[in-house]
Amino acid sequence: MPPLTGPKSGDALFGSVERVNAELFTLTYGAIVRQLLTDLEEVEEVNKQLDQMGYNIGTRLVDEFLAKSNVSRCVDFKETADVIAKLGFKMFLGVTATVTNWDAEGTSCSFVLEDNPLVDFVELPDTCQGLQYCNVLSGVIRGALEMVSMKTEVTWVRDMLRGDDAYEMRVKLTKQVPEEYPYKDDD
Amino acid sequence: MFSFGGGSSLTSVVPDATPAPAAPPGTGTGANAQVLYVFNRGGVCLLYREWHRPLRTLDPTQDQKLMFGLLFSLRSFTAKIDPTTAEKGNLGVPLLPGQGCSFYSFKTNTYKLNFLESPSGIKLILITHPRTGDQRDTLKHIYNLYVEYVVKNPLYAPGTPIK
Repeated sequence: MPPLTGPKSGDALFGSVERVNAELFTLTYGAIVRQLLTDLEEVEEVNKQLDQMGYNIGTRLVDEFLAKSNVSRCVDFKETADVIAKLGFKMFLGVTATVTNWDAEGTSCSFVLEDNPLVDFVELPDTCQGLQYCNVLSGVIRGALEMVSMKTEVTWVRDMLRGDDAYEMRVKLTKQVPEEYPYKDDD
Repeated sequence: MFSFGGGSSLTSVVPDATPAPAAPPGTGTGANAQVLYVFNRGGVCLLYREWHRPLRTLDPTQDQKLMFGLLFSLRSFTAKIDPTTAEKGNLGVPLLPGQGCSFYSFKTNTYKLNFLESPSGIKLILITHPRTGDQRDTLKHIYNLYVEYVVKNPLYAPGTPIK
Protein backbone atom coordinates (compact mmCIF):
# COMPACT_ATOMS: atom_id res chain seq x y z
CA MET A 1 0.00 0.00 0.00
CA PRO A 2 1.63 3.33 -0.93
CA PRO A 3 1.88 5.79 1.93
CA LEU A 4 -0.74 8.49 1.99
CA THR A 5 0.29 12.09 1.50
CA GLY A 6 2.80 13.29 4.04
CA PRO A 7 2.64 16.38 6.23
CA LYS A 8 1.96 19.61 4.42
CA SER A 9 4.44 22.46 4.52
CA GLY A 10 3.74 25.42 6.78
CA ASP A 11 2.97 27.71 3.86
CA ALA A 12 0.61 25.26 2.21
CA LEU A 13 -1.13 24.82 5.50
CA PHE A 14 -1.44 28.54 6.08
CA GLY A 15 -2.90 28.88 2.61
CA SER A 16 -5.47 26.19 3.20
CA VAL A 17 -7.16 27.59 6.28
CA GLU A 18 -9.69 30.35 6.57
CA ARG A 19 -8.15 33.63 7.56
CA VAL A 20 -9.35 36.87 9.06
CA ASN A 21 -7.83 40.27 8.78
CA ALA A 22 -4.79 40.44 11.05
CA GLU A 23 -5.73 43.81 12.52
CA LEU A 24 -9.24 42.66 13.28
CA PHE A 25 -7.76 39.67 15.06
CA THR A 26 -5.29 41.77 17.03
CA LEU A 27 -7.89 44.31 18.04
CA THR A 28 -10.44 41.66 19.02
CA TYR A 29 -7.89 40.00 21.22
CA GLY A 30 -7.00 43.36 22.71
CA ALA A 31 -10.65 44.02 23.44
CA ILE A 32 -10.98 40.67 25.20
CA VAL A 33 -7.98 41.35 27.42
CA ARG A 34 -9.25 44.83 28.14
CA GLN A 35 -12.66 43.48 29.10
CA LEU A 36 -11.11 40.84 31.34
CA LEU A 37 -9.10 43.53 33.12
CA THR A 38 -12.26 45.50 33.74
CA ASP A 39 -14.25 42.49 34.91
CA LEU A 40 -11.68 40.74 37.05
CA GLU A 41 -9.69 43.76 38.23
CA GLU A 42 -6.72 41.67 39.43
CA VAL A 43 -3.92 41.23 36.90
CA GLU A 44 -3.15 37.77 38.28
CA GLU A 45 -6.74 36.69 37.74
CA VAL A 46 -6.60 37.91 34.16
CA ASN A 47 -3.45 35.88 33.56
CA LYS A 48 -5.20 32.82 34.90
CA GLN A 49 -8.31 33.44 32.86
CA LEU A 50 -6.32 33.93 29.65
CA ASP A 51 -4.48 30.71 30.30
CA GLN A 52 -7.75 28.87 30.88
CA MET A 53 -9.23 30.31 27.69
CA GLY A 54 -6.16 29.23 25.81
CA TYR A 55 -6.41 25.75 27.27
CA ASN A 56 -10.00 25.40 26.13
CA ILE A 57 -9.05 26.62 22.69
CA GLY A 58 -6.10 24.24 22.55
CA THR A 59 -8.15 21.17 23.37
CA ARG A 60 -10.31 21.78 20.32
CA LEU A 61 -7.76 23.31 18.02
CA VAL A 62 -5.54 20.26 18.13
CA ASP A 63 -8.07 18.25 16.14
CA GLU A 64 -8.23 20.86 13.44
CA PHE A 65 -4.48 20.92 13.28
CA LEU A 66 -4.22 17.14 13.03
CA ALA A 67 -6.97 16.89 10.44
CA LYS A 68 -5.55 19.54 8.14
CA SER A 69 -1.83 19.07 8.49
CA ASN A 70 -1.67 15.31 7.83
CA VAL A 71 0.82 15.02 10.62
CA SER A 72 0.87 11.55 12.09
CA ARG A 73 2.20 10.60 15.48
CA CYS A 74 5.42 12.27 16.50
CA VAL A 75 8.13 9.97 17.72
CA ASP A 76 9.44 12.18 20.49
CA PHE A 77 9.01 15.53 22.12
CA LYS A 78 11.68 17.10 19.92
CA GLU A 79 9.71 16.30 16.81
CA THR A 80 6.55 17.57 18.48
CA ALA A 81 8.21 20.87 19.30
CA ASP A 82 9.42 21.28 15.72
CA VAL A 83 5.98 20.56 14.35
CA ILE A 84 4.40 23.13 16.66
CA ALA A 85 6.97 25.77 15.79
CA LYS A 86 7.01 25.24 12.04
CA LEU A 87 3.45 24.13 11.31
CA GLY A 88 1.30 24.97 14.30
CA PHE A 89 2.28 28.60 14.67
CA LYS A 90 2.26 29.06 10.92
CA MET A 91 -1.19 27.58 10.51
CA PHE A 92 -2.92 29.59 13.21
CA LEU A 93 -0.87 32.77 13.56
CA GLY A 94 0.93 33.03 10.24
CA VAL A 95 4.36 33.23 11.85
CA THR A 96 6.94 30.61 12.66
CA ALA A 97 8.79 30.16 15.90
CA THR A 98 12.31 28.93 16.51
CA VAL A 99 12.96 26.11 18.91
CA THR A 100 16.05 26.58 21.04
CA ASN A 101 17.61 26.01 24.44
CA TRP A 102 16.98 22.30 24.77
CA ASP A 103 17.95 20.89 28.10
CA ALA A 104 20.08 17.77 28.34
CA GLU A 105 17.17 15.33 28.75
CA GLY A 106 15.25 16.75 25.81
CA THR A 107 12.19 17.48 27.92
CA SER A 108 12.14 21.24 27.89
CA CYS A 109 12.78 23.82 25.23
CA SER A 110 12.00 27.39 24.28
CA PHE A 111 9.87 28.73 21.49
CA VAL A 112 11.16 32.09 20.35
CA LEU A 113 8.80 34.34 18.44
CA GLU A 114 10.37 37.28 16.67
CA ASP A 115 7.08 38.45 15.40
CA ASN A 116 3.82 38.18 17.30
CA PRO A 117 0.58 39.28 15.68
CA LEU A 118 -1.19 39.49 19.05
CA VAL A 119 0.75 42.50 20.27
CA ASP A 120 0.58 45.03 17.46
CA PHE A 121 -0.59 48.39 18.85
CA VAL A 122 -0.17 47.18 22.43
CA GLU A 123 1.53 48.99 25.27
CA LEU A 124 1.34 47.87 28.85
CA PRO A 125 0.37 50.69 31.20
CA ASP A 126 2.22 50.97 34.51
CA THR A 127 -0.69 49.50 36.43
CA CYS A 128 -0.61 46.26 34.43
CA GLN A 129 3.08 45.42 34.46
CA GLY A 130 2.37 41.94 35.79
CA LEU A 131 0.04 41.12 32.91
CA GLN A 132 1.09 38.20 30.70
CA TYR A 133 -0.58 39.64 27.66
CA CYS A 134 -0.03 36.57 25.48
CA ASN A 135 -0.92 34.03 28.12
CA VAL A 136 -3.58 32.66 25.81
CA LEU A 137 -0.82 31.24 23.60
CA SER A 138 0.78 29.28 26.39
CA GLY A 139 -2.65 27.97 27.32
CA VAL A 140 -3.29 26.84 23.77
CA ILE A 141 -0.03 24.91 23.67
CA ARG A 142 -0.70 23.31 27.04
CA GLY A 143 -4.25 22.31 26.02
CA ALA A 144 -3.27 21.00 22.62
CA LEU A 145 -0.40 18.92 23.95
CA GLU A 146 -2.55 17.49 26.70
CA MET A 147 -4.89 16.12 24.04
CA VAL A 148 -2.01 14.21 22.52
CA SER A 149 -1.09 12.77 25.91
CA MET A 150 1.67 15.14 26.93
CA LYS A 151 1.40 17.05 30.16
CA THR A 152 3.38 20.24 29.93
CA GLU A 153 4.12 23.40 31.84
CA VAL A 154 4.41 26.54 29.79
CA THR A 155 5.90 29.76 31.10
CA TRP A 156 6.91 33.05 29.53
CA VAL A 157 10.56 33.93 29.78
CA ARG A 158 10.92 36.97 27.58
CA ASP A 159 8.26 39.43 26.57
CA MET A 160 8.74 42.35 24.19
CA LEU A 161 6.03 44.29 26.01
CA ARG A 162 8.38 44.42 28.96
CA GLY A 163 11.33 45.54 26.94
CA ASP A 164 12.91 42.20 25.97
CA ASP A 165 14.11 41.61 22.43
CA ALA A 166 11.79 38.72 21.56
CA TYR A 167 9.04 36.53 22.89
CA GLU A 168 10.25 33.38 24.51
CA MET A 169 8.04 30.66 25.87
CA ARG A 170 9.50 27.83 27.92
CA VAL A 171 7.75 24.49 27.44
CA LYS A 172 8.54 21.72 29.87
CA LEU A 173 7.28 18.20 29.33
CA THR A 174 6.33 16.84 32.72
CA LYS A 175 4.71 13.56 31.82
CA GLN A 176 3.70 11.44 28.87
CA VAL A 177 0.49 9.71 29.72
CA PRO A 178 0.07 6.25 28.22
CA GLU A 179 -3.25 5.41 26.72
CA GLU A 180 -5.32 3.52 29.19
CA TYR A 181 -8.27 1.27 28.85
CA PRO A 182 -11.14 3.48 29.92
CA TYR A 183 -13.60 0.89 31.22
CA LYS A 184 -13.42 -1.02 34.46
CA ASP A 185 -13.45 -4.79 34.17
CA ASP A 186 -16.65 -5.32 36.05
CA ASP A 187 -18.94 -2.92 34.23
CA MET B 1 -18.25 14.65 -2.20
CA PHE B 2 -16.62 11.30 -2.48
CA SER B 3 -17.76 7.81 -3.13
CA PHE B 4 -17.50 4.70 -1.10
CA GLY B 5 -15.89 2.03 -3.17
CA GLY B 6 -17.37 2.01 -6.64
CA GLY B 7 -20.82 3.00 -7.76
CA SER B 8 -23.17 5.25 -5.86
CA SER B 9 -21.98 7.75 -3.35
CA LEU B 10 -22.88 8.49 0.17
CA THR B 11 -23.61 12.16 -0.04
CA SER B 12 -23.03 13.13 3.54
CA VAL B 13 -21.85 11.61 6.74
CA VAL B 14 -22.59 14.49 9.05
CA PRO B 15 -25.27 13.92 11.64
CA ASP B 16 -28.84 14.34 10.43
CA ALA B 17 -27.93 12.97 7.03
CA THR B 18 -30.45 10.73 5.42
CA PRO B 19 -29.14 7.21 5.76
CA ALA B 20 -27.86 6.01 2.45
CA PRO B 21 -29.36 2.70 1.41
CA ALA B 22 -26.79 -0.06 1.38
CA ALA B 23 -26.78 -3.00 -0.90
CA PRO B 24 -27.11 -6.34 0.85
CA PRO B 25 -23.79 -8.00 1.54
CA GLY B 26 -22.67 -10.50 -1.00
CA THR B 27 -23.70 -8.56 -4.07
CA GLY B 28 -20.14 -7.33 -4.30
CA THR B 29 -20.71 -4.08 -6.16
CA GLY B 30 -19.39 -1.76 -3.47
CA ALA B 31 -21.27 1.30 -2.17
CA ASN B 32 -21.52 -0.27 1.20
CA ALA B 33 -21.09 1.87 4.21
CA GLN B 34 -22.73 -0.34 6.75
CA VAL B 35 -21.92 0.97 10.19
CA LEU B 36 -20.01 3.99 11.45
CA TYR B 37 -18.69 4.57 14.97
CA VAL B 38 -16.85 7.57 16.35
CA PHE B 39 -15.14 7.23 19.72
CA ASN B 40 -13.14 9.72 21.73
CA ARG B 41 -10.07 8.86 23.78
CA GLY B 42 -12.15 8.14 26.85
CA GLY B 43 -14.09 5.38 25.12
CA VAL B 44 -17.25 7.46 24.80
CA CYS B 45 -19.13 6.67 21.63
CA LEU B 46 -19.70 10.10 20.14
CA LEU B 47 -21.60 8.91 17.14
CA TYR B 48 -23.15 5.70 15.94
CA ARG B 49 -24.87 5.33 12.58
CA GLU B 50 -25.94 2.22 10.79
CA TRP B 51 -27.12 1.85 7.25
CA HIS B 52 -27.16 -1.88 6.91
CA ARG B 53 -27.07 -4.17 9.89
CA PRO B 54 -29.68 -6.87 9.84
CA LEU B 55 -28.53 -8.78 12.89
CA ARG B 56 -28.20 -7.26 16.33
CA THR B 57 -27.35 -9.43 19.27
CA LEU B 58 -26.17 -6.95 21.87
CA ASP B 59 -27.61 -3.81 23.34
CA PRO B 60 -25.97 -0.68 21.93
CA THR B 61 -23.80 0.17 24.97
CA GLN B 62 -22.40 -3.36 25.15
CA ASP B 63 -21.82 -3.35 21.43
CA GLN B 64 -19.94 -0.04 21.52
CA LYS B 65 -17.88 -1.06 24.49
CA LEU B 66 -16.87 -4.30 22.79
CA MET B 67 -15.97 -2.47 19.61
CA PHE B 68 -13.80 -0.02 21.51
CA GLY B 69 -12.19 -2.83 23.47
CA LEU B 70 -11.47 -4.81 20.32
CA LEU B 71 -9.69 -1.90 18.70
CA PHE B 72 -7.82 -1.00 21.84
CA SER B 73 -6.47 -4.53 22.24
CA LEU B 74 -5.88 -4.98 18.55
CA ARG B 75 -3.74 -1.88 18.37
CA SER B 76 -1.64 -3.03 21.26
CA PHE B 77 -1.38 -6.50 19.73
CA THR B 78 -0.47 -5.30 16.24
CA ALA B 79 2.29 -3.19 17.74
CA LYS B 80 3.50 -6.17 19.72
CA ILE B 81 3.83 -8.54 16.76
CA ASP B 82 5.43 -5.91 14.52
CA PRO B 83 8.53 -7.70 13.17
CA THR B 84 10.27 -4.52 12.02
CA THR B 85 10.98 -2.81 15.32
CA ALA B 86 12.97 -3.99 18.27
CA GLU B 87 11.52 -1.70 20.91
CA LYS B 88 8.22 -2.94 22.16
CA GLY B 89 6.69 -3.08 25.56
CA ASN B 90 5.12 -6.16 27.00
CA LEU B 91 1.72 -7.14 25.76
CA GLY B 92 -0.89 -5.40 27.85
CA VAL B 93 1.42 -2.60 28.94
CA PRO B 94 -0.13 0.66 27.74
CA LEU B 95 1.57 2.23 24.75
CA LEU B 96 2.94 5.72 24.94
CA PRO B 97 1.78 8.08 22.26
CA GLY B 98 3.84 7.71 19.12
CA GLN B 99 4.91 4.24 20.11
CA GLY B 100 4.24 1.25 17.92
CA CYS B 101 2.65 0.88 14.53
CA SER B 102 -1.03 1.28 13.86
CA PHE B 103 -3.39 -0.74 11.74
CA TYR B 104 -5.99 0.73 9.42
CA SER B 105 -8.26 -2.10 8.42
CA PHE B 106 -9.08 -5.74 8.78
CA LYS B 107 -11.25 -7.91 6.64
CA THR B 108 -13.36 -10.99 7.14
CA ASN B 109 -15.24 -12.88 4.47
CA THR B 110 -18.39 -10.85 5.20
CA TYR B 111 -17.24 -7.35 6.09
CA LYS B 112 -14.28 -5.02 6.25
CA LEU B 113 -13.54 -2.81 9.23
CA ASN B 114 -11.76 0.43 8.41
CA PHE B 115 -10.11 2.27 11.23
CA LEU B 116 -8.53 5.67 11.75
CA GLU B 117 -7.15 6.93 15.00
CA SER B 118 -5.95 10.50 15.31
CA PRO B 119 -3.09 11.27 17.67
CA SER B 120 -5.63 13.07 19.84
CA GLY B 121 -7.39 9.76 20.38
CA ILE B 122 -10.42 10.18 18.15
CA LYS B 123 -11.25 6.78 16.67
CA LEU B 124 -13.27 6.47 13.49
CA ILE B 125 -14.59 3.07 12.52
CA LEU B 126 -16.33 2.40 9.26
CA ILE B 127 -17.63 -1.03 8.44
CA THR B 128 -18.04 -1.73 4.77
CA HIS B 129 -18.46 -4.52 2.30
CA PRO B 130 -15.32 -6.70 2.21
CA ARG B 131 -14.58 -5.79 -1.38
CA THR B 132 -14.31 -2.05 -0.83
CA GLY B 133 -10.86 -0.63 -1.35
CA ASP B 134 -8.65 1.50 0.83
CA GLN B 135 -10.81 3.82 2.92
CA ARG B 136 -8.11 5.80 4.69
CA ASP B 137 -8.78 8.91 2.65
CA THR B 138 -12.48 8.54 3.29
CA LEU B 139 -11.89 8.33 7.01
CA LYS B 140 -9.64 11.36 6.86
CA HIS B 141 -12.41 13.19 5.10
CA ILE B 142 -14.82 12.19 7.85
CA TYR B 143 -12.31 13.40 10.42
CA ASN B 144 -12.23 16.74 8.63
CA LEU B 145 -16.01 16.88 8.74
CA TYR B 146 -15.88 16.10 12.44
CA VAL B 147 -13.54 19.05 12.92
CA GLU B 148 -15.63 21.42 10.85
CA TYR B 149 -19.04 20.55 12.20
CA VAL B 150 -18.41 19.22 15.69
CA VAL B 151 -15.18 20.59 17.13
CA LYS B 152 -15.79 24.05 15.72
CA ASN B 153 -19.35 24.14 16.97
CA PRO B 154 -19.27 26.31 20.07
CA LEU B 155 -22.40 24.66 21.43
CA TYR B 156 -20.80 21.24 21.41
CA ALA B 157 -19.40 20.20 24.78
CA PRO B 158 -16.33 18.01 24.22
CA GLY B 159 -16.79 14.41 25.28
CA THR B 160 -20.55 14.26 24.82
CA PRO B 161 -22.39 12.33 22.12
CA ILE B 162 -22.95 14.28 18.92
CA LYS B 163 -26.57 15.26 18.57
